[in-house]
Amino acid sequence: MVKGQFSWKDYDAGNTKHEWDLQKIHAAHKVLTEFKYDKNKIEKGFANKTLYINLTTNEIKEKPVTDDMKKKFTGGRGFGLKLLWDSIQPDTRWNSEENDLVITTGPLCGSTQYPGSGKSLCLTVSPSTNIVCDSNVGGYFGPYLKFCGYDALEIQGKAKEDVIIAIDGEASVIRIETAPLEEINTHLVSEQLTYMYSSKDDERSRQRVSVVSAGHGAENSYWGCLNFSFWDIRRKVARIKQAGRGGLGTVLRDKKIKGIVARVDKFTGVENAPENPEAAAKVGTKIQKEIRDLDRYQCNMRQVGTAHLVEIMDAYDLLPCENYRFGSFPKAPKIYSMKFFENFTRVIPDGCWHGCTMACAKTVDSFEVMTGPYKGHKVTVDGPEYETVGCGANMSLWDPKWIIEFNFYCDTYGIDTISSGTAIAYYMEMFEYGILNKERCGGLELAFGNFDAVMQFLHRMADGDTNEFIKVAAKGIRRVKDWLKSKNWGDHQLIEDTGMESKGLEYSEYVTKESLAMQGGYGLTLKGPQHDEAWLIFMDMVNNQIPTFKDKAEALHYFPMWRTWFGLNGLCKLPWNDVEPANNAETDEPSKVPEHLNNYVEYQNAVTGWNINKEELILQSERAYNWQRALNVWMGRGQRRDDWIPYRSMGPVTELEYVSRQERYDKQLAEIINKPLEEIEKMDVGKKVKLVYHHRQNQYQILSDAVYMRRGWTQNGVPTPVKMKQLGFGDEQKMLDFLAKKIQEDEENGLNDWGGVYSGSEEKPSKERRYWESW
Amino acid sequence: MINSKEVIWKKDETISLLLKRMNFVFPMIVVKINGRLIKKDKYSTQLINDNDEISVIHMISGG
Ligand code: SF4
Repeated sequence: MVKGQFSWKDYDAGNTKHEWDLQKIHAAHKVLTEFKYDKNKIEKGFANKTLYINLTTNEIKEKPVTDDMKKKFTGGRGFGLKLLWDSIQPDTRWNSEENDLVITTGPLCGSTQYPGSGKSLCLTVSPSTNIVCDSNVGGYFGPYLKFCGYDALEIQGKAKEDVIIAIDGEASVIRIETAPLEEINTHLVSEQLTYMYSSKDDERSRQRVSVVSAGHGAENSYWGCLNFSFWDIRRKVARIKQAGRGGLGTVLRDKKIKGIVARVDKFTGVENAPENPEAAAKVGTKIQKEIRDLDRYQCNMRQVGTAHLVEIMDAYDLLPCENYRFGSFPKAPKIYSMKFFENFTRVIPDGCWHGCTMACAKTVDSFEVMTGPYKGHKVTVDGPEYETVGCGANMSLWDPKWIIEFNFYCDTYGIDTISSGTAIAYYMEMFEYGILNKERCGGLELAFGNFDAVMQFLHRMADGDTNEFIKVAAKGIRRVKDWLKSKNWGDHQLIEDTGMESKGLEYSEYVTKESLAMQGGYGLTLKGPQHDEAWLIFMDMVNNQIPTFKDKAEALHYFPMWRTWFGLNGLCKLPWNDVEPANNAETDEPSKVPEHLNNYVEYQNAVTGWNINKEELILQSERAYNWQRALNVWMGRGQRRDDWIPYRSMGPVTELEYVSRQERYDKQLAEIINKPLEEIEKMDVGKKVKLVYHHRQNQYQILSDAVYMRRGWTQNGVPTPVKMKQLGFGDEQKMLDFLAKKIQEDEENGLNDWGGVYSGSEEKPSKERRYWESW
Repeated sequence: MINSKEVIWKKDETISLLLKRMNFVFPMIVVKINGRLIKKDKYSTQLINDNDEISVIHMISGG
């Protein structure tokens, strides 16, 4: 044991203990269906079956994983897209009977040799966006699902009353049981179910159980997240990780699922049965050592987790403050990572899956809850991670304890901290302008910095409060924009421009105003503005490495394709570039971390027995990525108009914002309109705001033109049959026919044309308007 | 020039001081002077000449 650490048996998290009559709770269950199965042995990372459950009919069955499926979709998120395509219709909505909630694993998921190998990818038709949303999550459920014998779990239909789905890999039986007495909020129900379904009353047995749940907030908002538990034998508490984006928890609760439980009989660390275990171990050992040796000099993830980014974002003017109006704030040092480090429980390594040396999953133990139904309880709070702290800055909450409290309730209520934090920040700005006020907000004084109002809002929402504002606000920024406009309470343009959502999903926590490439990194995405496709701010704004539209388009092709790959395999992205080899700087393309890229090629080959190279790795992603885009188009979205982003993410909406970066904007404006700086400085600020506005809107359209072309799409952002055939979808006739028809319709409607207005030396990406035909 | 942007040159400025002045606090950076990689242990001694082309490449991280 390392000096300073102590035995897990001796540690007491100091949390409030619960007295439940678990026997009585369990005895109230009624088994609706029972399904016995033969557990497939996992071979080379695949269990080769998926599990299908229909809660309307109580049908449970298995579906085969074919070689064709692996070839086209690889695994993980790719499998999810395939299952959704087979099950839903273009007009399927989040609460439709046929909507699928899919939890996938991926061939590398469940390995312990390489750090970050425990991620699941979850997919569904999102309430926020009406298209497929994917969200990744750690915790033990994904690996355990595979060890129970399934590469993915697909849930269709809706139960009539609250149910538990119990997947028992020990007895090879799956049950749907009614669950009338369990709690709903996550920190309670995940603990109850872990105790109830563990085979013995000891810590090791509880560790072999994982629970998926969402709380009351998920029932009453569009921000529901899925909480995946992992039993912490040291703290003796069910820790959680979230699949946060897009309202997956809302769908879980709409299907009346209180919890999905997976239990495994054993866990040896080599369940994935790699083709070449020595090669997998070798590549893993190398990176594990790298993390141990270098993390402390680089991102310090092992000490403070992703919160290390707070001070960096503040220093580079990228921390979203007061609804993204500003990128830094005088009070920001109050929420720098060290302030959270002081609250974190140290001396315990904190991975969200076994074998993750990065161990960035921090907790605050024995946190005394300050508000709401659990006031006075002492609890373990997972996090806060950077994004949640960023939400604090966005709402102007400058006390770490407030952010931890916000974090705790979002988690246990089962709501996404990002969507709720970003949305509340917007409501606060509307409050500041008088577009919202106390009366219109159901009595809430929703001003920036008002912690009490934020917490009251969350509690009332989770409680199912029927006040008009609470109900609309819980559906997110897009619905609030429409509501405010329908009431005619403010300037419609201001309402649209300041609310940070695109496709109906709220932005994550980075200010993008000065990075056009990152605006594309948020807007030209599949599911909406989440930074998991591309994070290009440094490359673009600071390093100046991608100055031309073509360079930016290349980055907006490469990075989304590369990052998609993690989700196909069940991997965490963080060990890719939040630590880097000591000699990374000396490589040709340090931003891609070439050595780690090679690691991943070797790792996938070692587990699956495939023989891919770097290029094929990108191709695996490109297949899934294009399929998801085509799926979006099939559902009536996924086109240029849907890739629209609010102006707040492009530039200064208000004069205040302009003035806060006046020097920068004046200089740019002088170049744009070719006038001396002195003349610009004397111009009216309102006029300058307008000039920048028109220029930047056009820049974004020109960027979209370049990106669509680089990705092999039409000018309306539609993947072409030619491209899909190149990717290996030549026999997917239904999809190919649909795309051909759609492109023809676009042609008739004049949508296959450049979106940008080109002038002077600016060149269109291609001389041919119908460039995509000749590929 | 730093990352192809005009920055005023200061006499006797080392890389460490320049990074401080630019508020480049990110830990994972690569510094090159006129295309030549500078190792981290030289940051506090390596002086910058007028007209040097400096690249301060921030790795991606984050997200
Ligand atoms: S790096 Fe952090 S989030 Fe990723 S797997 Fe490891 S502990 Fe989990």
